[in-house]
Amino acid sequence: MTPVKLYPAKPDKVYFFGTCLVDLFFPEAGLDGIRLLEREGIEVIFPEDQTCCGQPAYTSGYQDEARAVAEAQLDLFPEPWPIIVPSGSCGGMMRVHYPDLFADTPREAQAREVAGRVFELTEFLVHVCHLRLDDRGPAEKVAMHTSCSARREMGLADTGPALLGRLAGVELVEQARAAECCGFGGTFAVRHPEVSGAMVEDKSRAIEAAGAQHFVTSDCGCLMNIAGRLEHRKSAVRGEHIASYLWRRTS
Amino acid sequence: MSVQTFTPRAFHEQAREALGNPQIRANFRSAMDGLMAKRRDSFGDWDLETLRELGASIRLRALARLPDLLERLEANCEANGIRVHWAEDGEHACRLIRELCEARGARSVIKGKSMVTEEMHLNAHLEAAGIQALESDLGEYLVQLNEQTPSHIIMPAIHLNTDEIADVMHDKTGIERTRDVDAMTAAARAQLRERFMAADVGISGVNFAVAETGTLCLVENEGNGRMTTTVPPVHIAVTGLEKVVEHLRDVAPLYSLLTRSATGQHATTYLNMISGPRKAQEHDGPEEVHLVLVDNGRSGIYQDDELLDTLRCIRCGACMNHCPVYTRVGGHSYGTTYPGPIGSILSPHLMGLEDTKDLPTASSLCGACGEVCPVKIPIPDLLVRLRREAVGEGRGNVRGAGAKRSRAELVAWKGWQWLATHPGAWRGGTAIAGKLRALTPSRLGPWTEYRTAPKPAKTTLHTLLKQRRHEEKDA
Repeated sequence: MTPVKLYPAKPDKVYFFGTCLVDLFFPEAGLDGIRLLEREGIEVIFPEDQTCCGQPAYTSGYQDEARAVAEAQLDLFPEPWPIIVPSGSCGGMMRVHYPDLFADTPREAQAREVAGRVFELTEFLVHVCHLRLDDRGPAEKVAMHTSCSARREMGLADTGPALLGRLAGVELVEQARAAECCGFGGTFAVRHPEVSGAMVEDKSRAIEAAGAQHFVTSDCGCLMNIAGRLEHRKSAVRGEHIASYLWRRTS
Repeated sequence: MSVQTFTPRAFHEQAREALGNPQIRANFRSAMDGLMAKRRDSFGDWDLETLRELGASIRLRALARLPDLLERLEANCEANGIRVHWAEDGEHACRLIRELCEARGARSVIKGKSMVTEEMHLNAHLEAAGIQALESDLGEYLVQLNEQTPSHIIMPAIHLNTDEIADVMHDKTGIERTRDVDAMTAAARAQLRERFMAADVGISGVNFAVAETGTLCLVENEGNGRMTTTVPPVHIAVTGLEKVVEHLRDVAPLYSLLTRSATGQHATTYLNMISGPRKAQEHDGPEEVHLVLVDNGRSGIYQDDELLDTLRCIRCGACMNHCPVYTRVGGHSYGTTYPGPIGSILSPHLMGLEDTKDLPTASSLCGACGEVCPVKIPIPDLLVRLRREAVGEGRGNVRGAGAKRSRAELVAWKGWQWLATHPGAWRGGTAIAGKLRALTPSRLGPWTEYRTAPKPAKTTLHTLLKQRRHEEKDA
C-alpha cells in the first residue's frame, strides 16, 4: 500500500532544490517558488552546491552515474528541514527512487531520511502552508498539465488545480485526456522523437480545444515540451511554470 | 500462406509508418478510449486498490512456491485424466503438440485464442507438417484470414475497423460485401461451425491452472473456447508455466480483475473450468485432454527477484489500453507477440535483448501501465531495469544484456556525472551556457521538428540568487 503522507506543521526554514532544468532554462520559476515560500514567512535555504537529482541517467539505465550524482546531493540538507522541489519528476526521483538507489550502500539510511523530507512545491503550498492567494490578475481561462510523475509517482493530481482554484479571476478548464502523458519522458523525446512528437501534438491541441488562453504546469520538462510545441506552430497559447503564474497574479 | 511480418528490431521504422497512417491512428485511439472508459465504469465504486492488492498477493504467493505448485498441478491433472507435458522452449512445445496430433492422425486443428501458441509460431509449425490450424476466436480468425498477427493480446484484430473487416470477410470468405456487423459475425459463425465439427484436435490457452484441483480455467466471450475444448476428440491446452494458482478460491478475485481490466465486463459470457476428459458415463467431451506447460525463458525470469514480478501478469491488456505509446503506434509496431508495456518487459526474456533492445526505451515512463495493472506489476521500474541491462556490461542474467552498450553514450554520461559532482564547474558551465545563449542552435535534431529549441536563460538560478543576496546586503 502507498503510505499515507503525514504533513508537518509549517516550518520556519526549508531547503529549496531548484532542479537542473529550472537552473538552466527557467530560473524565474525557481525564484518565484522561493518568493511564494518566503511570503509565507518561511526562510528558504538554497544550498549552493546543488546540481541535478540524477534522474536523467537513472531512467536511461546508467544507475552508477545516477547514484554518484545523487550522492553529491545527499549532504546538502543536514538540518531536519523540509526539502522543496518545484518539480514532480525530480521530487519523485528523490522521494521514491533514492531509497532504492542507495539500498545496501552505506548511504541507505541517509537517502531514506532525505527522501522522507522531500516535498513537491505545490504539495507543500497546499498541505503545509495552506496557502491563501489574493488574485490581482485579469479574468482568464487556464489549463493545467500535471506531470505524470507528480500525478502517479507522488500522488499529486490535485494540488496544482487546488492552487489555481484559489485564484478568483482564473477559470480552470480541463483538456481532454488530461491525465495522459505529454510525451516528454526525458531521453524518450530524443530516442523516440516521432512518438513523442505525436504525443505533444495531441496534448497541445487538447489544451487549445479546451479554450485555454494560458497553460501552466509544475514540471519544466513538460513545460519545455508543450510550450515548445505551441510556440513551434505559433499558437496564441503560452505556457508557464505554476510558481511563476501564482506569483505573477498575486504580487 | 505468408504472414505479414514485423520485427522488434524495426520498431522505429514500424512505429514511424503507423504514426503516418491516419486509419491506424484513428482505429487505436477510438478503441483504447472506449476500453479505458469501460474499465473505469466497470469497477464503479469498488475499492479497487484493495482488490489489486489481493490480486497481486495471490500471484506473488503462487510464484513464491511455483516449483511446488507445478508439481501439484501435474499430479492433480494426471489424477483427473489430463496428460501433462513439459516443454523447455517454443520449439519443444511445437514438437510435442505436433506429435500429439500425429498420434491421432490429425489433419485439421481448431484453435481457441492462445497467445503462448502465437509466441511459439505453432500454426506455421503445424502447417509445415501438413496439419491445418484454424483460429476460431473471431478476432484471431480475421487476423488469420488477413495473413497478419494479432495487434493486441485480448483483441487481436483491434487494428481493423468495420470497413476493413468487411473487406476481409468479402475477399477471403466470399460472402456478399456488407458493413453489418451482426451479419458478418453470423457468417463467420456459420463458417467456423463446420470446422469445429470436422476438427481432429482442439487447441486452447489457459487463463488460470489451479494446482490444488487440477482444473484449467479458460475465460472467453464467444463460446469458441467451449467448442474448441469439447467438440473435437482431443483437447490440447497450452500455457506458460507461470499461469498456475494455488487454490480454486484464488480464481474468483483474479477473474473479477481480469474481465474488468481487459474489457470492462463484470463477467465474460463463458468461464470454462476443465477438469478432465469425457468420463465413461458421459455423452460428450473430448476423449483425451493434454496440458502442455511451456517454459520458453520463463524460468530464467524466475531466477531474478526483481524481474520475477513480470510473471505475475494475467494477460488482461489494460497496460496497452492505457499506454500513450501503444495507442499511437499500435500493436504491430512492436514486432512481438506481446506488444505494449507488458510486451516490452516480457519480450526481452523470450527473444533476447539483441532483438528487443529498443522496446524498454519505447516508454515515457508515464506510469499509466503500472497504475492500472490489476496485479500491480511495477512496469515502469522493470522498464528501467531492462534499460540498465541493455546498456550495462552484460553481466546480468538477461539474454543479450549489454546489447545497447555504446562507448560514446557512456562517455557522455561520465562527463555529465563529472560536471554534476563538481558544483563549481557546474555553476561555471551553466553560467557560460547562459552567456552563449545567442549561439544556441535553432535546430536541435528531431526535437525541433516538433518544438522550438530550448534556450538557456541569461542568468541561472544560482546566479539570480547570488545577485539577490548581494542586493540584500547592500540595502
